[in-house]
Amino acid sequence: MSVRPLDARADDAGTAMTPPPGAQEMRGPSALGGDTRRFLYLSWTLAVTDFRLKFFGSVLGYLWQLMRPLMLFGVIYLVFVEFVNLGGGQKDWPLVILSGIMFFTFFSEATGGSVTSVVDRENLVRKIRFPRMVIPTAVLLTALMNFVLNLIVLLVFILVTGVDVTWRWIEAPVLIVAITVLALGMAMLLSSLYVIARDVKPIWDVALQVLFYGTPLLYPIETVSMEWARHLLMANPVAVIVQQWRFAVIDPTAPSAAAAAGGWLPLLIPLTIGVGVVAGGFVLFNRIAPRIAEEL
Amino acid sequence: MSTAASRYPRTVPETPPAVVVDDLNKVFRIPKDQVHTFKERALHPFRRTSYRHFQALEGISFSVPRGEFLGIVGRNGSGKSTLLKCLAGIYRPDSGRIFVDGRLSTFIELGVGFNPDLAALDNVVINGVMLGLTPSQARERYERILDFSELHDFQELKLKNYSSGMQVRLAFSVAIQVDADVMLIDEVLAVGDAAFQQKCFDVFGRLRDEGKTIMFVTHDMGSVIRFCDRAILLEQGRIRQIGDVHDISNEYLEMNFSRDEEPQQAAVAMADDPPADGKAPVAAPPRTRFGDGKAEIVEAWVENEHGEPSRTVRQGRPCRLVVRAHVHEPLENPIFGVTFEDTERHPLFATNSLTVTERTGAFAPGEVVEFSAAFENAFAPGRIYATPALAHGGGGVKWIDRMERSVSFISTGVESHGGLVNLPHDFAWTKTPATGSPAR
Repeated sequence: MSVRPLDARADDAGTAMTPPPGAQEMRGPSALGGDTRRFLYLSWTLAVTDFRLKFFGSVLGYLWQLMRPLMLFGVIYLVFVEFVNLGGGQKDWPLVILSGIMFFTFFSEATGGSVTSVVDRENLVRKIRFPRMVIPTAVLLTALMNFVLNLIVLLVFILVTGVDVTWRWIEAPVLIVAITVLALGMAMLLSSLYVIARDVKPIWDVALQVLFYGTPLLYPIETVSMEWARHLLMANPVAVIVQQWRFAVIDPTAPSAAAAAGGWLPLLIPLTIGVGVVAGGFVLFNRIAPRIAEEL
Repeated sequence: MSTAASRYPRTVPETPPAVVVDDLNKVFRIPKDQVHTFKERALHPFRRTSYRHFQALEGISFSVPRGEFLGIVGRNGSGKSTLLKCLAGIYRPDSGRIFVDGRLSTFIELGVGFNPDLAALDNVVINGVMLGLTPSQARERYERILDFSELHDFQELKLKNYSSGMQVRLAFSVAIQVDADVMLIDEVLAVGDAAFQQKCFDVFGRLRDEGKTIMFVTHDMGSVIRFCDRAILLEQGRIRQIGDVHDISNEYLEMNFSRDEEPQQAAVAMADDPPADGKAPVAAPPRTRFGDGKAEIVEAWVENEHGEPSRTVRQGRPCRLVVRAHVHEPLENPIFGVTFEDTERHPLFATNSLTVTERTGAFAPGEVVEFSAAFENAFAPGRIYATPALAHGGGGVKWIDRMERSVSFISTGVESHGGLVNLPHDFAWTKTPATGSPAR
């Protein structure tokens, strides 16, 4: 103990404990925070930076990003259309494969990239106050930029191939929004789970592989003969979106998502899963957000 | 404390405070064994993670008037940075409330979000947005930022090709372009070369004059005294003292020095009757005591320039060592003296009553002698020990009572050039041009 008592000797100047009117209370970090504009600026700046960094120093730049789905498409086209004709000579089947790959690439980039994102951005989390949701949102935006550019390429392919433009195309933006929201929900869920347990990353890597084959990308859903397998496949929200895209945008003769699932009612399962992922991800992220800076 | 008001004339009492902290508490839960994988969870499903609780902040309350430059000081682990992070909204307080009036900007680290693979402009935008600018605002201010950082010639370079000093310059230049009303700064001044540091100090001076409210965490008492109007001293998560920067600075230095001198506190028992006048008996129990005991030193203390007992004396300031002794047997012309030593027992300065007279007079039993040595503190910063003594006059040294190193105080200040004392002096030099025959 020291000679002086260990108490605070309040000074006369400025110890009034009444907060000034209009003062903002600092409640610590949160997932969203109050300032929407700041949220958007931050997410956008981080996303653009990430997007640019991916191509920094490479001669062909963005083309490499486009090469990945196209190469994958080329290989799959050769193997599953030319060598083994899984599409059964269906009209526009290659386009179905290509769009499926682009949807799936977006989903796997957004979710796979977000898993470690919050932990990777530790230097920001511990040094600056900002809505924590910015981090997975930025990852999603980066993937979304890619997706949009891929979709433009896809559109060119679709028009060149001579697919009829129908009124059903208005479903396209809805489907794009649907996969984006699903990816955001998954991103929130995964990035907050990763803060708690680090094995989320290998688990999700495997899950993505399973999901790739669990989505009718390489084979038409109607060629699956077992009914239970079709039901299982159509419980996957990604499969529903991809299937509906095939029906609405590319091939009106293909079964719609509802037809593939065997009616509207079974579609409630993927819908519930999707809503559950988004809601669960949001709730979990909100719970984790205030303490991320301390837990890391 | 009486002169406190005059020391910060810029504080206008009528304005509402810019920052109010009310009974803030923060506890960290530290898991005893961190479980990071599902596998560990699966292997030990019933083992509950046990936590150690660490109270980082306890009952912190204070308010900061608009336009004040407030220093936050304390030893490592005293809660300074936690307090700053709670204020900045990075940590969530466990209880208590924090109010901030106006736009808040945090500089816990310079250059947050900087990316080594990008050039200056991109990094300025990222960092600026992090600190609260909009992207377009950041671009508008880019030229000004380059001007301040003097990096015009290097703006095309990637950040990884910058020297660390250049990076810091760029980061600091962005930071000061953010118009905030309340700024939280964590030791960022400890970077950069001397010239750039001076530039930073100038900026802080300017911000202060513009009426920004600034809270500044640091170890450097020099900059606290230089900039801050007031300071908060934290100890183990609590406020130990709020107030005048000089008081805080002395208290802080004393805290640092007295850490391993706990036994000294037993010294209170030394006085037969505790002084009623509130003077702290600062003398330690006698480690080595000599003399025939015809008189007995009962108390000794150091006074500062205001005549208050003090454990610290600032360099260059007048102070006084006072010794009080009880006379037990008649004494004729005793000699009173005192020797000052540093921690390594180098005698630094000694004086006694012989410098005035040999005839100090006669003392009868029951009388009380008080003698003192007043001087200007020229000792180098550090702990100074004093040995008060009474001796019989005449030839030889016959101690009446001598208590070695029984009083100590801290000499505080920044003037330390390697010597044991820092005497008042002038320094000068001349140059004589070469004359006569040149050397072979």
